[in-house]
Amino acid sequence: MKMRWLLPLGIFVVLLVFLAMGLTRDPREVPSPLIGKAAPAFELAQLHAPDKKLGTADMRGKVWLLNVWASWCESCRTEHPLLLQLAKANIVPIVGLDYKDKPEEGKAWLAQRGDPYRMSVVDLDGRVGIDWGVYGVPETFVIDKNGVIRYKQIGPVTVDALQQTILPLVRELQRS
Amino acid sequence: MTALARALAVIAFALAGCALAQVVTEDPLDARLKRLETDLRCLVCQNQTLADSDAPLAADLRREIRELAVAGRTDDDIRAFLVDRYGDFVLYRPPLKPKTWLLWLGPFALLLLGAIVWWSVLRRRRAQSTDAVAPSAEAEARARALLEE
Repeated sequence: MKMRWLLPLGIFVVLLVFLAMGLTRDPREVPSPLIGKAAPAFELAQLHAPDKKLGTADMRGKVWLLNVWASWCESCRTEHPLLLQLAKANIVPIVGLDYKDKPEEGKAWLAQRGDPYRMSVVDLDGRVGIDWGVYGVPETFVIDKNGVIRYKQIGPVTVDALQQTILPLVRELQRS
Repeated sequence: MTALARALAVIAFALAGCALAQVVTEDPLDARLKRLETDLRCLVCQNQTLADSDAPLAADLRREIRELAVAGRTDDDIRAFLVDRYGDFVLYRPPLKPKTWLLWLGPFALLLLGAIVWWSVLRRRRAQSTDAVAPSAEAEARARALLEE
């Protein structure tokens, strides 16, 4: 007789645990299939020197970050001070990908708020963004010396993400 | 009454005209892309298909898909192009693979479990009903006597 109640109760508890786990996860964070794969190659005009190009090939042999941003992007403003700090610490070069932005506005934005990027390139039509699986700016990728994507931060870089995930990973990759 | 009939006739003609116009102008490539895009998810507004979404990324992806289709790629190639970049999440019909076995087979497993429970309950009930003792001859006689009174 007792079993009659225990079974539905057990099923209910299992369901509850699954639902509770679901609540702690952000449905907007779609895991990227590109982690552990070679970074999609690009060669784009630089933001500050449109006649010069910068590509993934130029970053070979270095651990680097690719930060996808735009002047129209609200939450890029929240991560910006953190990126400036990171740039000042000179731990890892950050390449900025100005995503679907007017170069003039992108340049003005950086002039006003400070420029944390070693180099900036412009993705005018968003094609490179699509190749990298970008679906919401800002996004930040960690790329290793062999040009393999090792991590992707979806949304603004936070202090927690930087200290607990990104920086330890960068140090580990720089040692190897 | 005649006014109403006339108005209805006008509406009917207009509707027929619209339907006809649609049939005539639907380009096979458009139809194919539309079909493909209604099976793909927009990553920005996640509960909309690529065909329905107004998000700028959806527009870019539609442009990309059209270019791939014009270049002669098959629907499977185009789906693979998106899955390589955004993962299985872009597909409204997730593929069957070890990771999705629970998703695809779970409902059938639950159905089977329900059937087993139902069957065992039925069997128990039936066993109980046949166990019930037949009325004794004495009780039957008394019942008959009561009925005949």
